Amino acid sequence: MKNHVFLKRFLPLALAFGLLAVLSGCGKQDAGGQGGSALAGDAASQVYVAPGEYDEFYAFLSGGFSGQLSVYGLPSGRLLKVIPVFSLDAEKGYGFNEETKPLLNTSFGFIPWDDAHHPELSQTNGETDGRWVFINGNNTPRIARIDLSTFETVEIIEIPNSGGNHSSPFTTENTEYVVAGTRFGVPYPQKDVAIDSYAENFKGMLTFIKVDPNSGEMSIAFQVLLPAFNYDLAHSGKGASHGWTFFTSYNTEEKSTLLEVNASQHDKDFIAAINWKKAEEYIQQGKFKEIPANYAHNLYKDETHSATSTMMDKVKVLIPSECPGLVYFLPTPKSPHGVDVDPTGEYIVGNGKLSADLTVHSYSKMIKAIENKAYETEIAGVPVLKFEEVVAGVVKEPGLGPLHTEFDANGNAYTTFFISSEVVKWKVGTWEVLDRAPCYYSVGHLMIPGGDSRKPEGKYLVALNKITKDRYLPTGPEMNHSAQLYDISGDKMKLLLDFPTIGEPHYAQAISADRVTGRMKKFYPIEENKHPYRAMGEKDAKVVREGNVVHVYMTTIRSHFAPDNIEGVKVGDKVYFHVTNLEQDWDVPHGFAVMGATNAELLIMPGQTETLLWEPKREGVFPFYCTDFCSALHQEMQGYIRVSPQGSDIALKWRLGEDEPVQ
Amino acid sequence: MKFLPRLLMAIGALLLLTLFVFPMWRITLFAPQYPDGVTMYIWINKLGGDSPGTLQNINILNHYVGMKFIEPDSIPELRYFPTVVLVLVALGLIAALINKRQLFLGWAIVFMVLAALGVYDFYLWEYDYGHNLSPTAPIKIPGASFQPPLIGTKVILNFIAKSFPHTGGYLAGLGVILALAAWWLKSKMDKNEKLVIAGGNDGVGAREQLRAQA
Repeated sequence: MKNHVFLKRFLPLALAFGLLAVLSGCGKQDAGGQGGSALAGDAASQVYVAPGEYDEFYAFLSGGFSGQLSVYGLPSGRLLKVIPVFSLDAEKGYGFNEETKPLLNTSFGFIPWDDAHHPELSQTNGETDGRWVFINGNNTPRIARIDLSTFETVEIIEIPNSGGNHSSPFTTENTEYVVAGTRFGVPYPQKDVAIDSYAENFKGMLTFIKVDPNSGEMSIAFQVLLPAFNYDLAHSGKGASHGWTFFTSYNTEEKSTLLEVNASQHDKDFIAAINWKKAEEYIQQGKFKEIPANYAHNLYKDETHSATSTMMDKVKVLIPSECPGLVYFLPTPKSPHGVDVDPTGEYIVGNGKLSADLTVHSYSKMIKAIENKAYETEIAGVPVLKFEEVVAGVVKEPGLGPLHTEFDANGNAYTTFFISSEVVKWKVGTWEVLDRAPCYYSVGHLMIPGGDSRKPEGKYLVALNKITKDRYLPTGPEMNHSAQLYDISGDKMKLLLDFPTIGEPHYAQAISADRVTGRMKKFYPIEENKHPYRAMGEKDAKVVREGNVVHVYMTTIRSHFAPDNIEGVKVGDKVYFHVTNLEQDWDVPHGFAVMGATNAELLIMPGQTETLLWEPKREGVFPFYCTDFCSALHQEMQGYIRVSPQGSDIALKWRLGEDEPVQ
Repeated sequence: MKFLPRLLMAIGALLLLTLFVFPMWRITLFAPQYPDGVTMYIWINKLGGDSPGTLQNINILNHYVGMKFIEPDSIPELRYFPTVVLVLVALGLIAALINKRQLFLGWAIVFMVLAALGVYDFYLWEYDYGHNLSPTAPIKIPGASFQPPLIGTKVILNFIAKSFPHTGGYLAGLGVILALAAWWLKSKMDKNEKLVIAGGNDGVGAREQLRAQA
């Protein structure tokens, strides 16, 4: 009887617990099954790059709200470098030294931060060419160019008449242009108006930035004035569709408050197709409006090791109602996020993030619809093409929340699904789903080397995730975002590696290392140094006073500064340390730090000159030293600067070594 | 065939001109931090390296142990060696013109003596750099010298130093071999000529006569 009661009361409970245990065990095994068992197999050897060996690919991951660009090796997932772009970097003196400060200048003045989203490699004939990486700054609209011979930021251009540079930079197939579409509608021209006059006063500007084919220098070619939709992402046509650029939009409702609801009402929003070759004709014919604008163009030159900032004052604007054939709207369900063009250039994938299906448009159908004037309606002089006339196919119910698509070289597409946290592989043309792989967790962009070019190189796919949770050892409330590497060389995607990233990696790009390493600089030839305050040898080391400004022409070579003793500086002086690194060998930077500096250190590459401003506030003798362990006598690489009271008559003097005054 | 010895002599002499095109010697230092090695080239009239900065890099390494800076301007040999080589080339061409075997041999001997002196001079410089150390050197190792090998491989502290002739040196060496070959061929021809004169038309008799002489 007692037994009976026990069974009656506790068995169901025990069973329930047991079932729970089994279920949770299964859950764990599932999650681990993709990670654990894969890594226990040959996955480890697939990502193993032996000590001293090189990775096959450079991967450039945006730093998101860190404002920087990180460089990883693939398949190892090893961090190679963090390139400072839009944010200060005290480690490298970026934005702190006098030479790089102008790079961060804008029409709002010096800005020490931005939100970097989409790295884009330069292309030649639709293939990544390893010359430059472009990346957009979202917050204060800008585009930066990084030179891949030095892995340094060399140019930043501000985008006027824009608010939130999100659909950017996305190059054309010969890097004729990079583009910048405004995510936020803003008053045009910018002015003090009521926010609820959005539909009336706000506009959306799409900007085309010309890239000089030799120097890479950017200049704003023209802007296209459109309704104040929110232009989200872009990609340029390629192959057959070369000459066109496609921008997705949401908030075609043109609302300015509670957008999560108000901007999600239309069944279809638009992909704006811009015929930029037509735009070039209109520019040539003079059918543009030249309007006043105020934006910074900042350029760094290796010769002077310095950047300059130039304020520009006008821009050419094309108005669609005056330029027929310039813009068409392709209706696309629903609040499409990414717009991705397949390697042939025929298919344009609109990743409708609130749609149950994935809509793919056809470039040739679009051209036919334009010829046949198959217009649904017209908005602000822009014909809206009939949906049925442009759609090529639909991938039916592939997942929840499609965001981005990249391609491999075998006619397959890979789309990320944020809500269902997975990558789905499907066949271009038949639209059938071939495979799916879970991501940890909530994947945003994905990247296949060359996956948005005409020649995908991909045997790897990287998922760039928004949520990390339990993937790594916890580091308090804030954790790095996670990325996962998949092998896509077979029919089934295979998870190989899971690694943390910096900031928030939005988009990324990757390229075969051998397309980059051939142009790599190891150091700057000193004889080419044209910095106005260079010292070409220790003979040039000197200290010069101009009023209360003191210029120290200083050199570094293992293992001393010249001069290393400076006297005659006074409280209230502005002391500029112009430090030239005389070394001419790979990987021999010297650092420079001086006590009480209110900015940062200098990190000077061989052959370079960099300048630190130091404003002594009190009397005394202050040490300076080399911060980068340069040699066996690095610790001895140090010196003193003496600060005397204001009005003191201590003469300016300097020396190096007791018997060898530099003077 | 008759022209071959003087042709060889002329080529041998002209080969010395390659000393102005290629380095004659190469010293390479290897250490883990220098995966490609640090290579110094010695030319007849200058010192150089893989890059314009190589000499500076070697001097930076050397200064830790108090070795003198290698400054090409302070090495007078680099100024007069080119003249010596040009004179040798001229003498070789004159020898080829005059076409006397003794001159061929003489030229080769003069060249070899000068080359030996040059190598000895090189050794003296190396000895001086390796032993004549600054008393204020940051790193002092009692009894150690930092003289690179004259020819061959040697371990110097953390470096493996390799010193070997380079293209110019090998081609100059070939020059002297050609001069010796010219001498040998010319000697053989001269003897045959003598025999022909001595034996008249009877070649066999002449050979027997020669044997008897020997």
